[in-house]
Amino acid sequence: MTFTKQSKYLWLTVFIGLSLFFVNQVEAKSTVKPASLLTVNIAILAQLDKPAINLSIIDPVVLDKGELGAELAIQENNITGEFIGQSFTLKKFIVPANAHAETVFNEHIVGKFNYLVTLLSPEKTLAIADLARQQALLILDAATVDDSLRNTDCRESVLHLLPSRAMRADALGQYSIKKRWHRWFLVVGAEPADQLFAEALKRTAKRFNIKIVAEKQWSHTFDARKTAQAEIDVFTQIEDDYDVMVVADEQNLFGEYLDYQTWSPRPIIGTQGLSAVAWHPTHDLWGATQIQKRFKTQAGRWMNEQDYAAYLAIRALGEAVTRTHSSAWQALKNFMLSDRFVLQGYKGSALSFRAWDGQLRQPILLAAPRSLVAVAPIEGFLHPKTELDTLGYDAPESLCKRKE
Amino acid sequence: MKKCFRVVGLGAFLWAFNGEAETVFVSLEKDNAIAVVDPVAGKLLKTVAVGRRPRGIALSTDAKFLYVAVSDDNIIKKFNADTLTELADLPSGNDPETFALSPVDKRMYVSNEDDSQISVIDVDKKTVLTRIPVGVEPEGIAVSPDNQWVVSASETTNMVHWIETKNYTRVANTLVDPRPRALTFTADSKQVWVTSEMAGKLMVLDAKTKQIIKELVFEVEGVTAEKIQPVGLLVDKHMQRAYVALGPANRIAVINVANLTVEKMLLVGARVWNIAFSADQKYLYSANGLSNDMSIIDLEQLKVIRSIGVGTNPWGLAVKP
Repeated sequence: MTFTKQSKYLWLTVFIGLSLFFVNQVEAKSTVKPASLLTVNIAILAQLDKPAINLSIIDPVVLDKGELGAELAIQENNITGEFIGQSFTLKKFIVPANAHAETVFNEHIVGKFNYLVTLLSPEKTLAIADLARQQALLILDAATVDDSLRNTDCRESVLHLLPSRAMRADALGQYSIKKRWHRWFLVVGAEPADQLFAEALKRTAKRFNIKIVAEKQWSHTFDARKTAQAEIDVFTQIEDDYDVMVVADEQNLFGEYLDYQTWSPRPIIGTQGLSAVAWHPTHDLWGATQIQKRFKTQAGRWMNEQDYAAYLAIRALGEAVTRTHSSAWQALKNFMLSDRFVLQGYKGSALSFRAWDGQLRQPILLAAPRSLVAVAPIEGFLHPKTELDTLGYDAPESLCKRKE
Repeated sequence: MKKCFRVVGLGAFLWAFNGEAETVFVSLEKDNAIAVVDPVAGKLLKTVAVGRRPRGIALSTDAKFLYVAVSDDNIIKKFNADTLTELADLPSGNDPETFALSPVDKRMYVSNEDDSQISVIDVDKKTVLTRIPVGVEPEGIAVSPDNQWVVSASETTNMVHWIETKNYTRVANTLVDPRPRALTFTADSKQVWVTSEMAGKLMVLDAKTKQIIKELVFEVEGVTAEKIQPVGLLVDKHMQRAYVALGPANRIAVINVANLTVEKMLLVGARVWNIAFSADQKYLYSANGLSNDMSIIDLEQLKVIRSIGVGTNPWGLAVKP
């Protein structure tokens, strides 16, 4: 990993403990600080996935989750903090795939930190949120996209940085309406997550009066990598005509193979082809170029969604501390959920949290592998308060019962 | 959007430009060029290639030289303002986006967005005198007319940094609302006006106390708050009116300086970015980033009188008398 002179200087202000990965030499150097120094300690709890098989040789296997985004944000918080006497530390707890995140949480985090960024599976996120009940802990979930965690399983102390599946599906729905793709052919993978995305897509179809003319499940009964050409022709031959094929394949196990191989020549959207994402390497609008470059220089790779979510989580805390001049968790939490809170996230609109479910309000990028195609909300989809709330579960639809 | 062009089109029908002859240079971010416009004829004269991703653009005080920040080439280029022949490269540091020229000595202050620094350049010697660390993503930069202060707005740190020109040291930082984009001094050097893109706000800072003394939140009927993203701004030399480009709200707000209220909203082109006065301050020119045109506004009538296609992603403007 190479560092420019400037970023090395930035590292001086950052305390990184227990970093099992990407350990860098952090020189100890005392800098002159204002007298009333406010320190905010943030923990990050990440559990590694079992390494996935990448379909394409050009996709790098990324083992770390969003930690590098968190590190960039801590540096930025500290640059601002240095001017006004605030300092931020990040302590990383990275748990192997087969270990218990709950144990690490109970031993090292609860009672010791007020702020926790989680990069965990939906099940583990919920388990940690339940362990954190009655505790002075704000959890910033930078990994899950589950609508259940934002509805019936929502927890008061959790904020969600990534857009939910419903928000993504609505982004695709809005763009479909704009392009008059009124007839969808839905192809769903075999993973449980794919079923959840398919449900979100069906909710969207209903909302926007899009007809799902066919739905088929991809069964993985053969090795797609070898026999795809013959199989996909057969698999995609359906009676009704359709405008666009919508794929639900979150693990990227087969979706890349559909394009150019379908029986009818139709575009692919969904998790492959034109996909709805929180962040993408092709995004260069609204100053995004700057953070793309900063991240790549530091991390040696492109910023992914979880990096972006972890970055935003820590920037959101930084922004709240800067504005409230407080490090008290209840004050910060209240401020972050209030309409006074605005966060800049390189997506053209100010970001904020939905008070009813803790979801970060944000535009969604509709990106092809090599180009940014559109940004939702698509012009023309109106909302009495903010057009960002045309994506996902709006207040009246929410099933989340938070106390506040 | 269609409506917007219709209104502008109608303005063009009543076209009458009574200003002095001058030349407007417009940097075109995606064309790697600058457009040369004759506002009297209302015509694009030519487009001149300058380098990759030109953004910040300004003339020397004597209007003999034109400087263009060519961001992706990491330099600032100096041109003969009459012939547009390239004269020199200035060592601007990484990714120069915007810069400001001192009104008296030959100093240039450059925002290095990627390095969180301001570079101070000796324009004649073409050397970097010093670099001043500021917040993350410095963008807007201005020198006070009395040449005492340089102010720099950092977009991600959300601060205005005050740098004394006598020793190039940062002496104060003012926390402002999210994503401050552009800033300008009033003619008397007593105030700094700053726009916050994300809060949709204008803030007036007192140069003595370095505090925010007044604020104005923009509202446009029929446009949601998120679309109102103030960027480029100017205060006229008599400090009677100020003008703020509202980005994707496609309007320029005309502000009464005395009571800080909006007098009028002028519909220009899509994502209006930076603005510039004509030399006599009777007209205002705007670079409309997404509709690829430049609007001409008659400041006596407060009317958009013309829109001229200039090229892809117009960013900034410089006016040569």
